[in-house]
Amino acid sequence: MRPFRYERARDAAAAVELVSREPGAAFLAGGTNLVDLMKLDVERPDLLVDVTQVTSDRIERLPDGGVRIGAAVRNGDLAADRTIRERYPALSQALLSGATYQLRNLATTGGNLMQRTRCVYFQDVAKPCNKRTPGAGCAARDGYHRGLAVLGHSPSCVATQPSDMAVALAAFDATVRVQGRGGAREIALTDLHRLPGDEPQRDTVLERGELIVAVDLPALPIAARSRYRKVRDRASYAFALVSVAAAIDVDGEGAVRDVRIALGGVAHKPWRATLAEQALRGGEATEESFARAADAELSRAQPLPDNAFKVTLARDVIVRTLLDLVEQP
Amino acid sequence: MALRVNGTEHVLTVDTRTTLLDALRERLGLTGTKKGCDRGQCGACTILVDGRRITGCLALAVAHQGASIVTIEGLADGDELHPLQAAFVEHDALQCGYCTPGQICSAVAMLDEARRGWPSAVTEDLAVTDIVLDDDEIRERMSGNLCRCAAYVNIVAAVREQAAA
Repeated sequence: MRPFRYERARDAAAAVELVSREPGAAFLAGGTNLVDLMKLDVERPDLLVDVTQVTSDRIERLPDGGVRIGAAVRNGDLAADRTIRERYPALSQALLSGATYQLRNLATTGGNLMQRTRCVYFQDVAKPCNKRTPGAGCAARDGYHRGLAVLGHSPSCVATQPSDMAVALAAFDATVRVQGRGGAREIALTDLHRLPGDEPQRDTVLERGELIVAVDLPALPIAARSRYRKVRDRASYAFALVSVAAAIDVDGEGAVRDVRIALGGVAHKPWRATLAEQALRGGEATEESFARAADAELSRAQPLPDNAFKVTLARDVIVRTLLDLVEQP
Repeated sequence: MALRVNGTEHVLTVDTRTTLLDALRERLGLTGTKKGCDRGQCGACTILVDGRRITGCLALAVAHQGASIVTIEGLADGDELHPLQAAFVEHDALQCGYCTPGQICSAVAMLDEARRGWPSAVTEDLAVTDIVLDDDEIRERMSGNLCRCAAYVNIVAAVREQAAA
């Protein structure tokens, strides 16, 4: 690991100032991804600004019925929180399906959103990667890409965003509260992460020095009946090949009043399945209509030679998850 | 910087790159905590920081100033083994023993998490806060600790005994 300086900022504004003015500075939260990448020489910060003490570690109810999650809330605490378990169960399930208790006890809400792809070429400095070194080329496109993107990728990058938590937050219309040098702003969670385009080095729309201070969940009654299903190569402690966060509200006639679907493991961002949702709203809550809706969403897929299975898998997981939701008592 | 380890205060000067794992092993001579992958994937370096289990290899020491740490060396009461240590011996829950300190520290925290009603990925009903630690629950909750000798069957048995105790 290369030498670096360490500072603990007084407050969020001071942390933002420190990172804004020094090009080699980075925020440090739980460190589970950043410290790992520093050991691999992928990340080479000159200065780490510790932000674990400068943002909230509380989960609060908002006056409008929503919930505010402080950026410093640990993933383990968020997964176990009673309010989250009751009102947004897919979020709790998503968190519990990611990493291990040891890592979730370190990892924070803000840091989870900012974690980098686990594409093997990104993590290996001996291999070309446009995300790590713009213009270097992409070794994954013609290499080991079984776990990588089938939606929204570009010639320069086929990486996936690995967060499980973000998939549930995307399904639930979460908002990310950000503090920067010029003040505060709010970003829809689905707009936080970018598609790679020709700038895969930019994972998110955040500017240098902008700090996530909280994530807000709206009061969303439909979320109380939600589920996160994750398919991976082993039963525990692995990243998603495909995951789905879904919620559905069906009326007495069997028609879909409202639905939320987001996919993980398939794109450079948590993928809100808007086409599938549109296809379902007002329609029948049957296996056939779920399959048609999933197909509508996945008609946009552009699989690579070794990950075409993900398209079928995503379709099946969407259908199974929605069926589970409508069949559960 | 200061660290409280197994009840003893230590003041030390560290390079910013030093992880808690390396501080414990290389600076404080507490070599019970093991270095396996050094990337947070194997769990051999599991320690308790302010009562929570974490992987010491990914935690920078400077970021944990003033933390209260318990390592495998801090679990026994003199010559009296911690109940989980005794259970691991009783159930022959190891072969080479390299992962064992991490397994035991992890299990100590795991039983505490379950007592506090923390769910896991295999907990069917998230509304339930009275967690029953059956074998599936134990396996899922211990999945951050790898054992290359694959002593898993006996590890689960040792933990199950203590979960029921």
